[in-house]
Amino acid sequence: MKQAFQSPSGILLALILAIAFIGPLLPLADPLAMDVAARFGGPSAAHPLGQDEYGRDLLSRLVHALRSAILISGGAAMISAVIGVSVGVVAGYVRGFSEALSMRVMDVILCFPPLLLVMLAATLYGAGPSTLVPVLALVFVPSFTRVAHASVMTVRGQDYVDATRLMGASATRIIFRTILPNIVGPLFVQFSFVVVMSVILESGLSFLGLGVLPPQPSLGMMIGTARSTFAQEPWLLLAPCLSLIVLVLVLNAFCDHLRQLFDPRRESGA
Amino acid sequence: MGWFVRRLAQSLVMLWVVVSLVFLSIHFVPGDPAELLLAQDGGSPDPLMVQMLREQLGLDRPLPEQYSHNVMGILRGDLGASMVDGSSVGQEVMRRLPRTLELIAAAGILSLLIGIPAGVLSALRPRGRFSRGAAVVAGTAQSMPVFVLGTLLVVLFAQVLGWLPAGGFVPFSRDPGKHLQLLVLPAATIAIGLSAIVFRITRTSMLDVLPLDFIRTARAKGVPARRVIIRHALRNALMPVITVFALQLGGLLAGTVLVETVFNWPGLSGMLVAGVNARDYPVVTGVLVVVSAFYIGLNLLVDIIYGITDPRVRK
Repeated sequence: MKQAFQSPSGILLALILAIAFIGPLLPLADPLAMDVAARFGGPSAAHPLGQDEYGRDLLSRLVHALRSAILISGGAAMISAVIGVSVGVVAGYVRGFSEALSMRVMDVILCFPPLLLVMLAATLYGAGPSTLVPVLALVFVPSFTRVAHASVMTVRGQDYVDATRLMGASATRIIFRTILPNIVGPLFVQFSFVVVMSVILESGLSFLGLGVLPPQPSLGMMIGTARSTFAQEPWLLLAPCLSLIVLVLVLNAFCDHLRQLFDPRRESGA
Repeated sequence: MGWFVRRLAQSLVMLWVVVSLVFLSIHFVPGDPAELLLAQDGGSPDPLMVQMLREQLGLDRPLPEQYSHNVMGILRGDLGASMVDGSSVGQEVMRRLPRTLELIAAAGILSLLIGIPAGVLSALRPRGRFSRGAAVVAGTAQSMPVFVLGTLLVVLFAQVLGWLPAGGFVPFSRDPGKHLQLLVLPAATIAIGLSAIVFRITRTSMLDVLPLDFIRTARAKGVPARRVIIRHALRNALMPVITVFALQLGGLLAGTVLVETVFNWPGLSGMLVAGVNARDYPVVTGVLVVVSAFYIGLNLLVDIIYGITDPRVRK
């Protein structure tokens, strides 16, 4: 874990996390406070990056948007990982009917394009984070299940697992103390990958107006609304675009770094 | 032969499961689905409206009857009627689907034209300057959410440089030139991300093939270098490229939603987004069924092509 953050991408990621979680504690302007008299106000001492079409502080909105992107994606990935890994480990360890059933259910979830599944849920339950997080979690469960299942299949036949079983360890003990620690690597890689995918999906849905609801700030939504005012205030559009690109780039780089860390045989960049 | 039949049956089962789940999704909702669909901002809807909607969607009938009516309808190509204006969902899908497919086809061709040559060149000198540069470009392209890329392209080419229109649609039959002009930016937006994927797979696959004996044999017997690369190596390296490309195309059917929105391209997405915003349930499920069917069909096609070219797959 320590090694994971000892890299350029790890340091950058730590920096982004710090901005997203410490930023809102700093004395920044209220991201929701409107000041219509100062619409499109340029940078000033009170508003370092200027103000948006309702006179809200851009810097503060960016920081809060960054935090909600990370919270939503991280939260969804976390829920997804817990469910997906549990199902995958049990399926891989117990085998038989439970394995066949759970793997088929995962196949069914994979038939649906993720974006469309979230849109169906938004139609039925209404848009917003309370719909978004569970559906994002559901969308990514199969990927965790498959990785966990495949890893368990390779580990379960190893001598040290047999040895533990011969010593009389219970199934629970074998799963939690013997198998899980040995398959954590690929799962971490998958987790970081799912976070990237969630960030992209969340921002896309917010761009369509189906994710985070206004007035709460979100990078996707900020990009969507600033498109029409680009001629007047280009920075309003470029700032959230840049933030989102940097966030995804850093997460992707971190993902690659983790992959190399846990699987050194793999050639980089291929 | 048995393998093909099994694979086909598998796809049909998958399709049936998707249709059934989409049909059932409205019944997973706690409470009365009609009431839920009409609920706006927490206010409780007019009971008369709820009753009307229930009849319109057939929710007042017993569940098995609803189900068979729904599935039989889909088999006949009837996807129901929009809750908003009563228009046929199936007809609207058929009107818009070709535009979405056109966008995907244009983007697909473009990405192959960029990705494959770049991948081959990069595999010939894996540590060269071109190879390293292309890897960075591809990594960046894959990190860009597609709507951000589209927005930035609009800003650059339409608003700053003024070379291309920002978006819209003109039928090909009315003005072919304008039609193609409007196609350039959205197709390029999709193609950039896609060609990065094609590039990576081509490169990896070529690197696998190039050290093999038959390439050395071809070189040894004096086949010109260009011919060895294209006719011998690339031909054998293309299989994984085709697979990944086809699967990506299936995903694109959904992925174009964002691009079509950025460029006001009147494909399936406009219908879908309007449907979700109006909570027009039949519209959303109709599009979902059509797109999923395409996705499953494409997967089947890839597997069959694979089965024909590589009999070992048919275990």
